[in-house]
Amino acid sequence: MSALEGARDRFLALHEGFAASRQGEPAWLARLRADALGAFREQGLPHTRLEEWRHTNVTPLAKVPFALASSPGRAVARDDLEHHAFPVFACSVFVFVNGRFAPELSAAQRLNCGTTVESLAEVLRGDPERLASRLGRIAEWKRHPFAALATAFVDDGACVRVPRGAGAEQPIHLVFVSGPRADGQPLLSHPRVLVEAAPGSRLTLIQDHVAVGTSPGFSNCVTEVEVCPDAQVDLVLVQREPDYRFHVSNLAVTQERDSRFAAHTLCFGGAIVRNDAGVRLLGEGAECRLDGLFVAGGRQLVDNHTSVDHAVPRCTSRETYKGIVGGRARGVFRGRILVRPDAQKTSARQSNANLLLGAGAEVDTKPQLEILADDVKCSHGSSVGQLDPDAFFYLCSRGLSEEVARDLLTRGFAQEILRALPQPALSDALDDILQQRLRLAHAGGLS
Amino acid sequence: MADALLELRDVYATAGEASILRGVDLVIRPGEVHAVMGPNGSGKSTLANALAGRPSVRVTRGEILYEGRDLTALAPEERAREGIFLAFQYPVEIPGVANLYFLKAALNAVRKHRGQPELDAMDFLQLARRKMKLVEMDEKLMQRSVNEGFSGGEKKRNEVLQMAILEPRLAILDETDSGLDIDALRVVAGGVNALRGPQRAMLVITHYQRLLDYVEPDFVHVLAGGRIARSGGKDLARELEEKGYGWLEASAR
Repeated sequence: MSALEGARDRFLALHEGFAASRQGEPAWLARLRADALGAFREQGLPHTRLEEWRHTNVTPLAKVPFALASSPGRAVARDDLEHHAFPVFACSVFVFVNGRFAPELSAAQRLNCGTTVESLAEVLRGDPERLASRLGRIAEWKRHPFAALATAFVDDGACVRVPRGAGAEQPIHLVFVSGPRADGQPLLSHPRVLVEAAPGSRLTLIQDHVAVGTSPGFSNCVTEVEVCPDAQVDLVLVQREPDYRFHVSNLAVTQERDSRFAAHTLCFGGAIVRNDAGVRLLGEGAECRLDGLFVAGGRQLVDNHTSVDHAVPRCTSRETYKGIVGGRARGVFRGRILVRPDAQKTSARQSNANLLLGAGAEVDTKPQLEILADDVKCSHGSSVGQLDPDAFFYLCSRGLSEEVARDLLTRGFAQEILRALPQPALSDALDDILQQRLRLAHAGGLS
Repeated sequence: MADALLELRDVYATAGEASILRGVDLVIRPGEVHAVMGPNGSGKSTLANALAGRPSVRVTRGEILYEGRDLTALAPEERAREGIFLAFQYPVEIPGVANLYFLKAALNAVRKHRGQPELDAMDFLQLARRKMKLVEMDEKLMQRSVNEGFSGGEKKRNEVLQMAILEPRLAILDETDSGLDIDALRVVAGGVNALRGPQRAMLVITHYQRLLDYVEPDFVHVLAGGRIARSGGKDLARELEEKGYGWLEASAR
């Protein structure tokens, strides 16, 4: 039996124990779980002969005997989180430990105009019917084994709802902390976020993944976002787990008429990271922006797959991904844009630029445009390069050391993504994180 | 006579694969302004880059002594900290790096080397504002990325601004006049003249005599075929303007 098959069977066995504790759930939820489990069983863990997983070998992940994070696990104290906080602005913070809501660590400011952030587990206990048509309906778990696995195990997470016409002034900060069990056993957790932005509402949401402890672990995340007509959602996904953890994330978004959505995916850590971001533009006049930045050093593998589905006319998509790859790390970008036959007057733009900091680093980048309409404006471009020697000499000729010059140029490369974040204070905070990451990586083999 | 600040003895240098400098001799003392003129391809920029330490330019023979020490042993950043400044012919655009931040980092690197305390953001801003007036530079350019989207004139002003802030001992201006209209030229030259002083030497590289109407040199050298074909006073520049370079190139061969 291969490692992948072994892991699939272990995950299925874990689910048996899990399902036993789920008696009495509503029928729709039980069916969702069963369907998702079936989809996972059928697909198994993906192997590299699949086009979608060609560059990402998950065997190292498959070899770790994870236990399911059913209890909160190792106690996480406020001190553990302190150094992960963004110190620059006050906003509501909701903390989840191994996917489970931790009210004692959260600090909810009063949210404006009826915006709510609830524990998914509580809603499923108290008022499950209102999620019957939402949970698991946007994520494409039928085509993604890890999303199927996460949906089979769906349990707790964040339920964010902004009512019609309402807008939170401050961002809402969701912090997902992962860590091993008290005895050090590596854990599998399923951070889950469900967002509903009602017509005409506005939301800025930060989904932040951090970890404590020093043993491996696996965060398998699913975020589903429904952007109703005229609503506007900015989502900032920050992944800053340590380099010995595995992270798979699935972002699935539907957009209605004249809505606006932006995802900023910032990825700094993880041994193997796979992010899938998929947006379906279902209403005319919708605009989406997908931005991404990743830094990989050592032997990290960071894989970003994006997909924008222009299903109706007159929608706009803008996509900019940037990768900084050093050491013997590997970066992958694949950007799919589908323009369906009816989607005339589509405007779609995609770019992926990568900076290689060392001879051992590697990037695979591939746009995939499927344009089935004839009156559209679509463009794409990708590049893989090194630091510009002229710029490097220019900085050094002003007295800056090679190290400082390299850092400045590398950070400069990232600014296009960082400066596009919804708040300047957030840009600064993440620029600091980037700087720390680069420093750490230089010491530990980014270059 | 004061000791030489810079001395080149029979310097040969290559740029990439090409052999460009073929036996340059030059002595520059503190307080002096030297102009180096010459036709295209004569090696003017290679000379400037050899002094600043551009990696693609290699000194293959001879000696370059700066303050009596072998300059070629120093990395570009060490040369800068020791007081050498090159105003680039083509200043480089650096996306994502704010001009103000860059200048402060550069000045503090130099100050640290000189054993001076580093300037904080407020002190630096005051200094930068004072120097910006010197080159009539718009303060808005300080928040923008280094040289990104700057006009040709703004880039050259930015070079002179950097020079004014870093206060080098040896300033090398590589065709700082190229691409400037007459007003910009006057401003840039004014900035350069304000930096003239008894402790500072300048090497002004130019194709045309025009700049030398504003920045008056003590010595003029003509570079042709990779060596200094003739040296003289400022009158030599006028002579070149009248006769062109042909007569010197012929004699250099």
